[in-house]
Amino acid sequence: MLQVCSVKKSFKGRTVFSNLDLFVEQGRFHVMIGPSGCGKSTLLDGLTGVFPLDEGSLLWKGKSLEDLRHHAAYMQQKDLLLPWFSLLENALLPARTSGQDMKTAKETAGRLFERLGLKGYESHYARQVSGGMRQRCALVRTLMFNRDLILLDEPLSALDTITRQSLQSLLLLLQTEFKKTILMITHDIEEALSLADEIYLLSTRPMSVSGRYVLTLPKPRSDHDPALTAMKADILKKLEGDLNHEPG
Amino acid sequence: MNRVNLPAAILVVLILGVWEAAVRLLDVPLFILPPPSCIVWTALIRAPLIFPHALVTFSEILMGVGLAVITAIPLAVVMFARPALEKAFSPFLVASQAIPVFALAPLLVVWLGYGMASKVFMAWIIIFFPICVSLLEGFKSCDPEFRILFRLMGASFFNTLTLLYWPWALPRFFAGLKVGVGVAGIGAVIGEWVGAQKGLGFFMIQSNARLRVDLVFAAILWLTAMGLALWRLTGILEKIIIKWK
Repeated sequence: MLQVCSVKKSFKGRTVFSNLDLFVEQGRFHVMIGPSGCGKSTLLDGLTGVFPLDEGSLLWKGKSLEDLRHHAAYMQQKDLLLPWFSLLENALLPARTSGQDMKTAKETAGRLFERLGLKGYESHYARQVSGGMRQRCALVRTLMFNRDLILLDEPLSALDTITRQSLQSLLLLLQTEFKKTILMITHDIEEALSLADEIYLLSTRPMSVSGRYVLTLPKPRSDHDPALTAMKADILKKLEGDLNHEPG
Repeated sequence: MNRVNLPAAILVVLILGVWEAAVRLLDVPLFILPPPSCIVWTALIRAPLIFPHALVTFSEILMGVGLAVITAIPLAVVMFARPALEKAFSPFLVASQAIPVFALAPLLVVWLGYGMASKVFMAWIIIFFPICVSLLEGFKSCDPEFRILFRLMGASFFNTLTLLYWPWALPRFFAGLKVGVGVAGIGAVIGEWVGAQKGLGFFMIQSNARLRVDLVFAAILWLTAMGLALWRLTGILEKIIIKWK
């Protein structure tokens, strides 16, 4: 579906990532994991055209393109709900700005609100609901982009453990029920192991892919599965090794 | 009922008390400095005389504010959308504040006449700058992550302006508007001093010429009350519009 080929980005002479290759397969849940500050968010910003990449190319279903702006929905770390709009109005923003039929969009949003446990909160404002509900609303908005690929930038990092676990199952719905392809970044190994079909392990700056894991275990997964425990130990070992070799 | 700003109230009472006592103890003549009690009494008892003048000045201020709002908003939007235009307009905006309005007043009376137009224009010159600059800064202060979100949604500039930038900038717009309505009276009164047949500025000049300092102060009191009322009204409007704050 998407091939990221040897991309590179530098800021003021400092290379954030170089020679980075990714292969995103349709319908699969890909997770990129790496230490905080290694440049994961910068990579997603580069892929979505927030700034141009210095080198490399992107192939979308075999065709070359500049960025994923028109092909991917992007959910950032913050929920980014506008305080002057209700939850429903926030969720409808992608439909409103892209000129979709609002009647159909409202019906779709209504169904998503029900599915994601937000029914009855449509007219509430972001300040009136919990962090988990805000994030669920942001998830509805992301789905309303109506795009095949969803990029998630640590969407659960600001949430408490209980809310996080319940939202992890909702993230899986994106793949299983809404048939989306997902590329998520996180620094949480357990989160990656419970959600991913494929994990890309990222090294510190300049960031590059230092390992790739394919997970075939069915979901939902148990934390105590020996295969996952072994994989977690291996990832941790590689990450620690990478951090010990970090310059400076 | 709104809570009274106690420290401010105490300070006002203290200043007025010292003023009242000093004038009475030192036996200062009324045509030099009347006591506050006399000013308040004059402002009330002479209300039928002052009111028509106040109404004219108030209308000039309102028209100046209205004109400033309807001209500042499009200019701020244009400067935000096209930074090159901001660079082009900025020196003129700053210059409009650097030129003393006193220097412009006689010219405006010559160009626009003794009627309301010259006073409205004077008020506009003073109010336009804070509104335009505040709104522009409000647009610029928008969180870049929201800009990215709108960009990824494929939103047009108009959509982004109406759904994101405008609501985002509203608190700053109202801050500028509050400054504007607070100082709008200066422009109108200066215009009336230079040449007018009605208005509080005209009334003050006439009263001063007859050594009726109590009437001059009464006019100032009315002008202050008008400014405070407009400031308060703007605050109420802000609360009604910016519900999410």
